Amino acid sequence: MSLAAAVRLRATRLSLSGDELAMRAGVVVLALVLLVIVGLPLWSLLAKGFEDRDGKFVGLANYLAYFSTPALFDSALNSFHVAAATTVIVVPLAFFFAYALTRAVLPARWLFQGISLIPIFAPSLLPGLALVYLFGNQGFFKGLLGGPIYGFDGILIAQVFYCFPHAALILTTALATADARLYEAADALGASKLRVFSTVTLPGARYGLISAALVVFTLVITDFGIAKVIGGNFNVLATDVYKQVIGQQNFSMGAVVGMVLLAPAALAFVVDRLVQRKQVALLTARAVPLIARPKLGRDTFFTAFCTLISVGILAILGMAVWGSLIKYWPYNLSLTLDNYDFAKVDANGWDSYVNSLEMAAGAALFGTALMFVGAWLNEKTRDFFLMRGIVQLLAFLPMAVPGLVLGLGYIFFFNAPGNPLNFLYATMAILVINAVAHFYTVGHLTATTALKQIDPEFESVSASLKVPVWRTFVRVTAPICLPAILDIAIYLFVNAMTTVSSVIFLYAPDTKLASVAALNIEEAGQTAAAAALCVVIVITSAAVKALHILADRFLLGHLQVWRRR
Amino acid sequence: MSYLEVRNLTKRYGDFTALGDVSLDVGEGEFVCFLGPSGCGKTTLLRAIAGLDPQSSGTIRQKGRDMSALPPAKRDFGIVFQSYALFPNLTVTDNVGYGLVSRRRQRAEIVRRVDELLALVGLTDSGPKYPAQLSGGQQQRVALARALATSPGLLLLDEPLSALDARVRLRLRHEIKALQRKLGVTTIMVTHDQEEALTMADRIVVMNLGAIEQVGTPQEIYRRPATAFVADFVGSMNFLSGTLAAADRVRVNGHDFACPLQDGLAPGTAVRLCIRPEDVRVRDLPADAVNRVAVDVAELDFVGAFCRATLRIRNAADMVMTADFSSNLIRDLGVEPGRQLDVALPPDRLRVFAA
Repeated sequence: MSLAAAVRLRATRLSLSGDELAMRAGVVVLALVLLVIVGLPLWSLLAKGFEDRDGKFVGLANYLAYFSTPALFDSALNSFHVAAATTVIVVPLAFFFAYALTRAVLPARWLFQGISLIPIFAPSLLPGLALVYLFGNQGFFKGLLGGPIYGFDGILIAQVFYCFPHAALILTTALATADARLYEAADALGASKLRVFSTVTLPGARYGLISAALVVFTLVITDFGIAKVIGGNFNVLATDVYKQVIGQQNFSMGAVVGMVLLAPAALAFVVDRLVQRKQVALLTARAVPLIARPKLGRDTFFTAFCTLISVGILAILGMAVWGSLIKYWPYNLSLTLDNYDFAKVDANGWDSYVNSLEMAAGAALFGTALMFVGAWLNEKTRDFFLMRGIVQLLAFLPMAVPGLVLGLGYIFFFNAPGNPLNFLYATMAILVINAVAHFYTVGHLTATTALKQIDPEFESVSASLKVPVWRTFVRVTAPICLPAILDIAIYLFVNAMTTVSSVIFLYAPDTKLASVAALNIEEAGQTAAAAALCVVIVITSAAVKALHILADRFLLGHLQVWRRR
Repeated sequence: MSYLEVRNLTKRYGDFTALGDVSLDVGEGEFVCFLGPSGCGKTTLLRAIAGLDPQSSGTIRQKGRDMSALPPAKRDFGIVFQSYALFPNLTVTDNVGYGLVSRRRQRAEIVRRVDELLALVGLTDSGPKYPAQLSGGQQQRVALARALATSPGLLLLDEPLSALDARVRLRLRHEIKALQRKLGVTTIMVTHDQEEALTMADRIVVMNLGAIEQVGTPQEIYRRPATAFVADFVGSMNFLSGTLAAADRVRVNGHDFACPLQDGLAPGTAVRLCIRPEDVRVRDLPADAVNRVAVDVAELDFVGAFCRATLRIRNAADMVMTADFSSNLIRDLGVEPGRQLDVALPPDRLRVFAA
């Protein structure tokens, strides 16, 4: 035995206090929960791809069939094509928009920023519906595009609308963290504006640009609602999964397409993590924040640019709202609220909306609790590296998994005859669980970031004072992290409200959600009612977000007096 | 029996040895400073004593009880961190009383104890304030009061003053020291500031590269550094390279210097001869003064209370040392660059280390 090995054997192991034992048990439970809601469903999906319709193992036969079916393989190419095109358009637009917000002096900056976020509150089929109104067979501007809107063009425009806020948010953050001293140094050295832009601004935002591009690309590849509504005969991966599973009941082929869909999303995710890891210490503690000074020419240009973008977003939203209020498009343009009487077009009526509210509230409540307590356990438990590593991996996994793919995995896993959790199938609970799992990563990251910003010695102090950890969690950690906790809850609520792809396979007749109902109504040809339901969803999520902002300003102001100096 | 016994403590991170076989005794009521450059293992040792980063091997006993494998919550200590780690959402009163509440004490008793502690650190009126409303020095005192609230047997201070500005730091040095004397609590403080260690500690533990170089009173550390590292790290020191000519003589560039008797070193060994700048004598040298050398004043740097002179030994131009001269001396003797002087290196102030 080598000396080092001998020493390692002798290494002191501290006996565990009751607190530490409880925390380790908590980490194990968390790992099990994540395994059930993320790991095992994905495993079931993977396994399903190697089985035939009767559940017999057939090796790579399904994959061979997939790649030798031109129609299916073309969808993959289509997906890549439209995702690449959207990325090329959205990223520069979002970059200049973010640049305007952070580096120019704009009148009503908050208004521009607010408008740019609107698409986040809408289900992805909303821009599709609006485009049908504008450019469809009976649209105002039919023929303006030189061809039918259904297909590549329609998907592209709708995706640009849908992805814009995500890219803009990432780039605004990237550009907001600039060090004024670098610009002063460049000015002092007599660099031209263009040179400053290319040597200071762009490199500073480099990682943000890569990140934004990857996010947009993944969003487009994995989105289902837009392609469903306005894709026409232009097949993409996401619609293929749907067709294989719902249309042809070919679960094995659905699983294969799901895996093909998973690949680019997972790849983009891995690249993004690698890139993020490189981004450290861009902004040191001593950096001086850059504050834009008024400059007429530049400010006018960017105000015009932002106005244009905002008008574009409002036009699409406005078209959906208007369409939902019109009696009989395009023949009778008088206004009516009839389209909001959903009972006429869908047996569930407004019930699907109530279901959505229940599901979103449930996901926000249980998801936030699980994510925050989970992140805390994983951050604050000492040693126990293997189990904490497993939790970390499982917590990151959902980010790389498209909702459609996770939903498919849920069918295979929870609906399996031998599964003791089978009773969850076709209940509201499984929708909540699926939403929590699907959006787990962002919540986990938000909580972890907030926890990392807290002094790491709080637990040491508590231990020295013989105060149990849960008490410090309740009295100190959770109150300090209240803003982050609210952020997570709102994020979960809004996303659960608007998601289509992750729940499309999981609802039962009595748990149908508003976003799915809108899709079904649209499929039945009732475009106006579908738009109306989308508008209701937008109003709900935007209202919740507005409440959140108010709460942040006033409620937290009162609760968190201690933040003031 | 000493209050705290550390025996053969080793801490490894992978292949890196942060602490190598460290043993140490701390007496009851003693104020001990761990002093050393960053990365020397002083904080690692403190955190091992607290159980926050357990040692790889070795034992720690407090009051005769083996604590080596106990988690922090089962050890008896109070701790103040460099960041203070005050709970920002709790008032000063709640921070100080934090460890008392969970011990099921009576409310009135807690209030009394908190008031007593706030009075002790001079913050009687700050109870309802939040940490963000206090200055750095005040926050530091709240952290101290919180650590002392449960009357721990051992107080651990991890660079408690390094986040403060110079003036506040000076004042708090005295306050902490006075408080420690008053309470008689055994205290270990980690610092990289030698002045802090010299003024506050009863004993200093000088550390380097994960090992203890010397343990001693501030005077011992300063006057009789045990190793070249301690001589160099604490205070200013001239190092002259030479060889040991006899047990009590060092030859430097042809000059022989009388020095304290060196038992451990064989004649002929390459050595370094050390003297502090303030120990170089100039005034009232008798004609037959021991270790008398003629020097040229090369440079004179004004430092405020005194001047630091760079001296070049005559006939040995590459032998340079510095000496501290008071303003009076410089005026009286007319010391200026280019001037020749005779200086003496008192043998009892010389230290010799193997090169």
